[in-house]
Amino acid sequence: MIEITLEHYLTLAAIIFSIGIIGIFLNRKNVIIILMSIELILLAVNINLVSFSIFLQDLVGQIFTMFILTVAAAEAAVGLAIIVIYYKKKGSIYVEKINSLKG
Amino acid sequence: MLAHTLFFHFFSLIAVFSALMVIISKNTVYSVFFLILVFVSISILFIMIGAEFLGMIMLVVYVGAVAVLFLFVVMMLNVSDQSIRKPPRKGFINNISVGSIVGIIIFLELLVVVSGWKYKGSFMLEKTSVSNLSNTHVLGNVLYTEYIHLFQIAGMILLISMIGAITLTFKKRENIKRQNYFTQIQREKTSAISLIEVENDKGVKIDD
Repeated sequence: MIEITLEHYLTLAAIIFSIGIIGIFLNRKNVIIILMSIELILLAVNINLVSFSIFLQDLVGQIFTMFILTVAAAEAAVGLAIIVIYYKKKGSIYVEKINSLKG
Repeated sequence: MLAHTLFFHFFSLIAVFSALMVIISKNTVYSVFFLILVFVSISILFIMIGAEFLGMIMLVVYVGAVAVLFLFVVMMLNVSDQSIRKPPRKGFINNISVGSIVGIIIFLELLVVVSGWKYKGSFMLEKTSVSNLSNTHVLGNVLYTEYIHLFQIAGMILLISMIGAITLTFKKRENIKRQNYFTQIQREKTSAISLIEVENDKGVKIDD
């Protein structure tokens, strides 16, 4: 019988983290996908913290996870607001057309 | 323990599959739905290993708030199938090769860290103190005493981000009568009313 250990959770978190990174590079559609990839990365970090907290019997990891959750929610709200006003101004949120900062 | 193993593999497979679908699906609305699926399965994993409060909070915050926010924005901006209409495929091959290389390298590094990491025997504590308090109770005991300042700062962060989102998307409309509190309060009888001697056959000119 295979027992689920800490390594299983860490590997799962690593896989989801890498998927998030690839998603940021792969953005062929719009910026919203990038925001969702950032959410995936934060979720992977949360998995790491919670599994360490459970397996080491230390609650601080879960406390920290709550703060990461807060920051993730705030970041999603502000990012989506920026996307909305950008769409109002320019009419599209293609990643490749967003190059005003290139100079 | 066998059930735990089975459930872990089942839900983690679902999570990984839907995380992949988030980044590769054509329609952005489907991406949001798969994001919801990722969060649901991960929160089930959290509940399974004993962090019930965080699992539930994750459901409430992510599925209930963040994912719905994403859905609203995707539907409002009408960008759900932009890539189908006019696909900007120019840098796609470049992006996918570089992105896959970087992502796979990061994944391998993380795997090396995870699998090559040896911990001392005393590092992993045995479950010694079996308290009959629930996870939520214990978390609240710590959160509201030791970490109260961080908790309040988190609340301030949420407030500031809310103000920021509102001011970013706030649209100043023209041609709308708004309340102007100070002039309304400062209004006095002498400035508001004027008595006019009306002449015969002339009428009164009303200016506004």
